Amino acid sequence: MANQVPLVSYLVLNNEPHLVAHECVRCGARYFDRRNACAACFGTEFRDADVATEGEVRAFTIVSRAAPGIEVPFVSAVVDCDGTSVRANIINTPPDPEHVSLGMKVRLATYSMGKDENGTEAIGFGFEPAA
Amino acid sequence: MSAMDEIWILGIHMTKFGKHPDKDLVDLGVSAIHGALADGGVTMADVGVLAVGSTRGGGGMGQQLQKQVGQTGIPVYNVTNACATGATALRTAIMAVKADEADVGLAVGVEKLAGAGLLAGADRKEDSEVWEPSGRYGAVAEVDGRIGTATMPGVFAQIGMEYGHRYGGTSFELFAKISEKNHFHSTLNPLAAYTKAMSAEEIMNDVMIAYPNTRPMCSANCDGAAAAVVVNGAKLKTLSKGQQRRAVKVSASILTTDPWEEACQILPNVNTLTRNAANQAYEQSGVGPEDLDLVELHDCFATAELVHYDNLMLCEEGGAPDFFNSGATWRDGQLPVNVSGGLQSKGHPIAATGIANIWEVCQHLRDEGKQRQIEGAKVGLAHVIGLGSACGVHVLEKAAA
Ligand SMILES: [Zn+2]
Repeated sequence: MANQVPLVSYLVLNNEPHLVAHECVRCGARYFDRRNACAACFGTEFRDADVATEGEVRAFTIVSRAAPGIEVPFVSAVVDCDGTSVRANIINTPPDPEHVSLGMKVRLATYSMGKDENGTEAIGFGFEPAA
Repeated sequence: MSAMDEIWILGIHMTKFGKHPDKDLVDLGVSAIHGALADGGVTMADVGVLAVGSTRGGGGMGQQLQKQVGQTGIPVYNVTNACATGATALRTAIMAVKADEADVGLAVGVEKLAGAGLLAGADRKEDSEVWEPSGRYGAVAEVDGRIGTATMPGVFAQIGMEYGHRYGGTSFELFAKISEKNHFHSTLNPLAAYTKAMSAEEIMNDVMIAYPNTRPMCSANCDGAAAAVVVNGAKLKTLSKGQQRRAVKVSASILTTDPWEEACQILPNVNTLTRNAANQAYEQSGVGPEDLDLVELHDCFATAELVHYDNLMLCEEGGAPDFFNSGATWRDGQLPVNVSGGLQSKGHPIAATGIANIWEVCQHLRDEGKQRQIEGAKVGLAHVIGLGSACGVHVLEKAAA
């Protein structure tokens, strides 16, 4: 794994890749970005919390028009991972309304984004159909 | 409530929305200002405070406008609040008048967006040569397109889909029919950017942007400006009978932001802040949703219009699809929504929108709506939302004869 980096720091790459949230110690609110304080209770202490790797699609769209460099169409979704909402693409299934539906069960999946000039491989994530 | 506390729209104007290649932001803003001052029967010499919004005009748009219409030395507030910028400018002028710092205020929103394309998610950076974490997510590469979408059509598509997941009753066709309604409404609005009726079938077969939003279901980027002159009740009493008769009462002027809720930093929650603004507006005005004769709401996408029926409490919770399917929101329905054509067809020059929707309501309350007049309209509501988020709601009432 030495030559791998995650797309974002909240993706943990080990034997069981998963997402980790910053959880407010006082109120339990979860965030994925670097925090200054909690938007819910103003607390400033956070701990790491593992996010469930399985979830349910609560909302999605199939994006056909995007900035240059983005492969379209792709599916953007909000996945409810046991009470923690996650933004991600739905991957490993055709991006059309016949293959993606509201309420569908999905699980975290990772993929290679390629190597940089130093030979370091970036790993991205998405959610794929669980059934 | 004393006359001093009352707020009235004395004059209001919107330019034609669409393409104005031969006019710059200042030209458009001046048109709106001159129109609003003439409509209200006042001049820049009467105005005590100016609030100006333009999201892409750079700084100092207020001063740039003053240099053309009158440098009287009054305070200028240059404001931005995404798509709620116009409503924020109006709210700023209203606050100054309410605070008795001025008895006449002027609010302006101006934008040039014709041909702008995707407004967010359009300036994606190239991936760098080396995977190196940066920013608040420690991202080694651009996340737009890899971790969901940053585009507005995609964000609002998900907002509509989420409503469908929670309550049921939505479909691609339902969203297309909402757009069909607004495009039909625009055929009666000569100031709209687009005035062509489109069938739901045509809309569904148009270019897909972000399912279920096709191109005609997205707000139309265009150029335009709108301006409003507001006065307090004491000032209005000193003006002519004609000015008093045409003045429109601002019964509520509300601005909210989104309170923290689970998921709100994953997918913007446009629901709670709109519901909060509506609740405050109904409370402040003493008007309920059942009293409204028309509504101009922020249909930046067809998927957005649906959720706002519910957020503004125009229907029962979860009942937005049934409410729309009943025909209620067509111009001959029980509660016409977006008779101007809405953002999808009238167009959406961002900072102008939050004043132009009030202009539309005023036309009807003044009985000046011509071919699209909603007969007997006495009370209306105007709503805008800017992602990030900010929500403006204004309740407007016809002057007592
Ligand atoms: Zn907290």
